Amino acid sequence: MAGRLFGALAAFLIMNAPAYAAEPVVIGAYLPMTGGVAAYGQMGWSGIQVAKRVEPEVLGRPVDLRLVDTKSDKVDAANAVFRLIDKEKAVAIIGEMISGNTIAGSDHAERMEIPMVSPTATNPIVTQNKKYIFRVCFTDPEQGQVAAKLAREQLKAGTAALIYDISQDYCVALAKFFREEFTKAGGRIVAEAKFKSGDRDFTPQLSSIKSAKPDIIYAPIYYTECALIAKQALEMGLRAPILTGDGAHAPELLQLGGKAVEGVYFTGHFHKEMISTDRGKKFMELYEKETGKQLDAFSAMGADAYFILLDAIKRAGSAQSKKIREALASTKDFEGVTGKISLKPDGNAIKPMVINKVKDGKFVYVTTINP
Amino acid sequence: MGLDFYLQQLIFGATLGCLYGLVAIGYTMVYGVLRLINFAHGDLLMVAGYIAFYGIIMFQLPWPVSFAIATALTGCLGILIDRGAYKPLRNSPRISALITAIGVSFLLENLGLVIIGGRPKSFPKPELFDGSLMMGDLVIPNLSLWILGITAVLLLLVMLVVHRTKVGMAMRALSRDFETVRLMGIDADRVISFTFMLGSILAAAGGIMWCMRYPALEPFMGVIPGLKAFVAAVLGGIGNVAGAALGGFLLGFAEVIIVAVKPEWSGYRDAIAFAVLILVLLTRPKGIMGEDLPD
Repeated sequence: MAGRLFGALAAFLIMNAPAYAAEPVVIGAYLPMTGGVAAYGQMGWSGIQVAKRVEPEVLGRPVDLRLVDTKSDKVDAANAVFRLIDKEKAVAIIGEMISGNTIAGSDHAERMEIPMVSPTATNPIVTQNKKYIFRVCFTDPEQGQVAAKLAREQLKAGTAALIYDISQDYCVALAKFFREEFTKAGGRIVAEAKFKSGDRDFTPQLSSIKSAKPDIIYAPIYYTECALIAKQALEMGLRAPILTGDGAHAPELLQLGGKAVEGVYFTGHFHKEMISTDRGKKFMELYEKETGKQLDAFSAMGADAYFILLDAIKRAGSAQSKKIREALASTKDFEGVTGKISLKPDGNAIKPMVINKVKDGKFVYVTTINP
Repeated sequence: MGLDFYLQQLIFGATLGCLYGLVAIGYTMVYGVLRLINFAHGDLLMVAGYIAFYGIIMFQLPWPVSFAIATALTGCLGILIDRGAYKPLRNSPRISALITAIGVSFLLENLGLVIIGGRPKSFPKPELFDGSLMMGDLVIPNLSLWILGITAVLLLLVMLVVHRTKVGMAMRALSRDFETVRLMGIDADRVISFTFMLGSILAAAGGIMWCMRYPALEPFMGVIPGLKAFVAAVLGGIGNVAGAALGGFLLGFAEVIIVAVKPEWSGYRDAIAFAVLILVLLTRPKGIMGEDLPD
């Protein structure tokens, strides 16, 4: 009944719309605005919104962004994609920020042949065997490799302990890639501890790590848990340096972790000091003016997902989903905010990676690693 | 793994167990009086945490004042929830009140989401609770000692109230026979309000300590401890105050010990906790210290 009413209302509105207004291009976004990884969703969304200020139109038609909150939950993520495609009639979708939710959401998009661009879902499964799913970030095998190299060469670690969240695809896979690479490089994993999203007490896991006396701890997990683990480790006198992935790169890590996260190293997508493109410089200026905040990695990645999608629509010359997909797959050396991005037909991006570090309560840029 | 290792787990297990226990007492008291599982109880942790947080950060109150205000306000909220949500349903089927409890829980969580937002906030830990004692390899965080001490004092006070005061007697009487107590001229609603207040104050104390121990404040932070405390209450024998504290302790220990000794099982932490519950209930359906309560 409600659906029919909505339909009638929509028909009425369309019939009464002035003839000269171009029909908007509807782009959906499904992001974790609340819940466990809300920081990513909120940062990503602010980036997308500022990006829309920069390019509010495509093919002479206004862009209409529709946001659905996934509550950081896989089921809600899948439902969000259903809603964006079936009800909002989005021609393309941006999202999700984390791997598990993107995997959950990508099924319906693939079936309905709606292209999807994830800003920061790094798990390899996200794009595997999917024609319509893309990402503008590096993948976890690359990230695991860089982290293992960093651990072996820069931190001179012979032994490492792993601690990760077994309910997140991202964490499990990244831990696996790190384990492989680190062992291959001659290192040894001496302890492996697991937990589940939402856990707050990590003392038993850290006790078992402490008794294994590792040189470093590799914790490929999200920011809240990472900060709490650093805190509890410090309290227990476990002083092995912590190395983590892009999942820890949120201001919450610094706020929640305080002095416990000093010296934490991580592989990440972006640091504002690495900006090299014109688009990046302009975007950063506008972003800082509009929001009064410093440009962070997830906002920049959200913006790049938007820009790359609009670029594809432009090159396709049409807002038809299949054509957008073809254009996306042939993206070459696109000058994004976070650097030069090329998309491969398998949906993955060729992109630089940065290594950051926490120092004096700030994220400090260490180096860029080109693909 | 030597003795130190196990002693260490004992300390961490006890700390976690105390927090579960404090929350579990609230569940158990309300159940005893009303036969209602107050699912909104866990969310009071979150409410208390946020009030204490804003007291310190926004209003620049010294922490003892802020904590006291948070505890008092949460106590009042407990009464308010009872008056607003459960009292009108006193004579309805029990299932209606249960569904309402879930509704109140969602209401509190989503209010938190709308007013404060979903990103976690860091809870300021007063210096008094910082630092830890080091004894060889053994680490005893000062906060753990505080949590143990405060829980012991609060538990003692609650036991005194329940077993040595008039209102406590009325509470126990209500749990036996609701109608007869009313016939005796006791204002049942006042006693119920008092029960909710007492439970909520304990939840607030537990919540504030939880925030200091695990300083990530977010609207859904009360869900998991609330659920665990509910398990603890059932484990100890729902309706029994000492049982709830014992259940909390056992659950905290079980969770910590299992993960520490068998790190590869750490993903099954909750499953193990619930398996323990099922086993206890199979052998003792009323819980460890439970007694027969008339339905």
